[in-house]
Amino acid sequence: MKYHSISFGTRMAISRKGLLLKLLGLLSLFLIFVIGGSFIGEEQIEANMSQKNLGPSIRHLFGTDWLGRDMFFRTLSGLHLSFRVGLFSAAISTLIALILSLLSSYNKYFDAMVTILIDLLLSIPHLVTLILIAFVLGGGVKGVVVGIALTHWPSLTRVLRAELMQMKTAEYVQISKKLGKSRIWMVRNHFLPQILPQLLVGFILLFPHAILHESAITFLGFGLSPEQPAIGIILAESMKYLTAGMWWLVLFPGLSLILMVAMFEAMGNNFRKMFNPQ
Amino acid sequence: MLAFHIGKFILKRTLKFVTLLFAVVVLTFMLVSLSPVDPIQSYLGAEMMVVSEEQKEEIAEYYGVNQPKLQQFFKWLKMFLQGDLGTSLVYRQDVLSIIQEKFVASFALMALSWSMAGILGYALGVIAGMNKGTFADRAIKLYCFVLASTPTFWIAILLLIVFSLWLGLFPIGLGTPIGVVSEQVTWLDRLKHILLPAATLSVIGVSNITLHTRQKVIDVLDSEFIRFARAKGEEGFTLFKRHVFRNTLFPAISVHFASFGELFGGAILAEQVFSYPGLGLAIVQAGLNSDVPLMMGIVVFSTFFVFIGNLLADVLYTMIDLRMKNGEAI
Amino acid sequence: MNIVYKFRDETNEEIEKIKSNFLLEVNHLSLTIERVGKGSDVEHLHVIRDFHLNIHQGEVVAIVGASGSGKSLLADAILGIHPKNSLIEGNIKYENQPLTEKRKKRLRGNDILLIPQMTNALDPLMKAGKQVESFIKQKNKQKIVKDIFQKVGLDPAVYHQIPSTLSGGMIRRIFIAMALASKAKLIIADEPTNGLDAEALDELLFQLKMLANDNRGIVMITHDLEAAMKIADKIAVFYAGETVEIADRKNVRKAGKFRHPYSRALWNALPQNGFVPIECSQPSPAEEIIGCSFASYCPEATKRCGTEKPELREVGNGEMVRCFYA
Repeated sequence: MKYHSISFGTRMAISRKGLLLKLLGLLSLFLIFVIGGSFIGEEQIEANMSQKNLGPSIRHLFGTDWLGRDMFFRTLSGLHLSFRVGLFSAAISTLIALILSLLSSYNKYFDAMVTILIDLLLSIPHLVTLILIAFVLGGGVKGVVVGIALTHWPSLTRVLRAELMQMKTAEYVQISKKLGKSRIWMVRNHFLPQILPQLLVGFILLFPHAILHESAITFLGFGLSPEQPAIGIILAESMKYLTAGMWWLVLFPGLSLILMVAMFEAMGNNFRKMFNPQ
Repeated sequence: MLAFHIGKFILKRTLKFVTLLFAVVVLTFMLVSLSPVDPIQSYLGAEMMVVSEEQKEEIAEYYGVNQPKLQQFFKWLKMFLQGDLGTSLVYRQDVLSIIQEKFVASFALMALSWSMAGILGYALGVIAGMNKGTFADRAIKLYCFVLASTPTFWIAILLLIVFSLWLGLFPIGLGTPIGVVSEQVTWLDRLKHILLPAATLSVIGVSNITLHTRQKVIDVLDSEFIRFARAKGEEGFTLFKRHVFRNTLFPAISVHFASFGELFGGAILAEQVFSYPGLGLAIVQAGLNSDVPLMMGIVVFSTFFVFIGNLLADVLYTMIDLRMKNGEAI
Repeated sequence: MNIVYKFRDETNEEIEKIKSNFLLEVNHLSLTIERVGKGSDVEHLHVIRDFHLNIHQGEVVAIVGASGSGKSLLADAILGIHPKNSLIEGNIKYENQPLTEKRKKRLRGNDILLIPQMTNALDPLMKAGKQVESFIKQKNKQKIVKDIFQKVGLDPAVYHQIPSTLSGGMIRRIFIAMALASKAKLIIADEPTNGLDAEALDELLFQLKMLANDNRGIVMITHDLEAAMKIADKIAVFYAGETVEIADRKNVRKAGKFRHPYSRALWNALPQNGFVPIECSQPSPAEEIIGCSFASYCPEATKRCGTEKPELREVGNGEMVRCFYA
């Protein structure tokens, strides 16, 4: 007798082992960027007039620019720079988010204040705020880091705030409260350990935004200075040579940036999946 | 009844916005006063050398540079409330009229790309959500994922290379080097100029609306009434037309309205690449040339722009909510 | 991923038993859900293991089982709207023709109609009347719907209302209205009595009976044996994903008891029969069951019950029981 049946779900949910493997792959990619970038010395990206305006080849994977600088190494050190700027600003932003969310869980006045701050920040387009801050601080790394740090915390703050609000009503917290434990004690023993995964995931997910905004603001001319081989600078400069047909100056640095940003995005998402599997 | 509720809602929101705007203004003013920019120097620019000390004094007097900050602020606020945003240093023109002029151009760009992104994004989101787990879904998800990691200006440059340089379909838009506004552009040029930046913003803007719609479609498909609709034999396009569409369209539009901030940011970048003479180009000019009045004017204006988007989003949501409560079908 | 396909061929004897005039006939139906469990292991949930049911036109058959025992998935399986990660095996016939997935697709909503369990089964943004209209092929739909609404005791003005403004009882009547509007011969009512007060319940049961008198077959999935005893012609008792007994209501009334120990436990738990609490739970669907599914709770279980699985056997008059000793 023929049994009519449908096949099992076309795709299986991701198994956790696969998730771990994916994370490992992403981590190794990450190491290539960071460690690879820091090994690049001046000599690899110095001008070499005999090698200028070359398209991509085995010798110069990403081609060379109008000064004969190797674009592969320039791109790598640009990524390395972006990574450092991203790391720094994302770390500060995460710290701000942590402090503000703890404050807002403290009492409703602080909460109202934090809410107003979030509203305030979200009321201006991010890029406009970034331009304003970079302008006020006179551009440079400082302007970029401060700008990004000051604009990227709201989303994470909201997540952490919600988490903390929920935690506050939990039984074990209430018991600690009745036992007369201090705020600081509870923050250290209940809240911090509990939101640590969220904090980590939030931190990683801040990265891609930080890096994208860094490159954007640099591209517009408010960010890192032209001597620094940031991706934004490389791309802004490359626009002058577009009519000369040097497309490789645009394509490869941009693709590399996307790769790095996407990697952090994927890493954050995978970490999140690992911490709260559905 | 509905109109009354909506009116009340808008009023409440506007009041909140006014306080918020005030905070933005104060904050911006504070930030700008902290900046190391010398207003006289930025006003005079290259003329700094040929102007006498007395004239500099006069200019400083006029701008109130030597007055205490607080006094400067109130003077500025008073002028602001009277609709006088000062004179742009770069354009040597009234800030308000510059913003008006530039916004017309930017509005055309943003309206075009916003609509294109909305339609395309909703369609892609529906396709992905209705076919969850299939190849189409994964491809669309991948597209959104990659696009979310892509710098807007890079897409802009790529489009410029492909369509202007290689295919020669559009002007390169770089007749003037970055940093100088092309004053003499014809209307035909403008039309040609708008397509590529609009395409850039659409390509990028699709990501958010697609992913949101996809999730919403999946949620709706998971609901009890869809299970029942399936039990009634509805599926595919009928199911979509009868039930999914009306339950996902308004939330999607609402979310799309709430994306005005990103739209504005994207416009800044696209305008920069294509030398499109809009607000985005103006704010970059203002920033690079220390044009404080224009800068502040655009910051305030962009806040207003984002507010309008969020307001429309919320009004739409409230309207659906109220209609549901009052038992009116949509 | 290993899927164990279980094929079970019916013996000639069994085939002979199947009468030719059934409206719906379900034999050896199983539904397995596959999902990722703890760790990265794949888990198989045997929600339905070995289900049997048959129904004639004009008959009401109640499927009675504990809440949360996966009865709703039965309806889904028959209608072909079961979740994608589930596997259906077994043999379903509708009007003597195998009910393939393709045929299910064609018949659902037309020949076979579901009366859903949840009152949120109506589209929240669509007028109530419009949702009933889709069953009507003739012109002048609105008038027909309003007439039907009156028949089931609804104000015709309800036509223009959206579900959030309607009470649970009103929505149940809309479901009945849909059944009346449709030409469906088989109606599967999934927990139709949930959340109704005594009066509304009687009215609903009456309406279901009316539908049956209209020469339709009604499959009523319920946890309420008492309600089932009021209108059902046959009662199929569902335990651990299996049909453990198919009993004729009249015979049960006459004998004052069921045959299968689990059915008897359900029966004795009714207020009028002594209110004896049921001291058993459902085995986990993740478990593989060897022997009788009820053995560990059964007061009459023997060694054989723990090692050998009893088949559903005919005990005369279309009644069946899955027990060695009944």
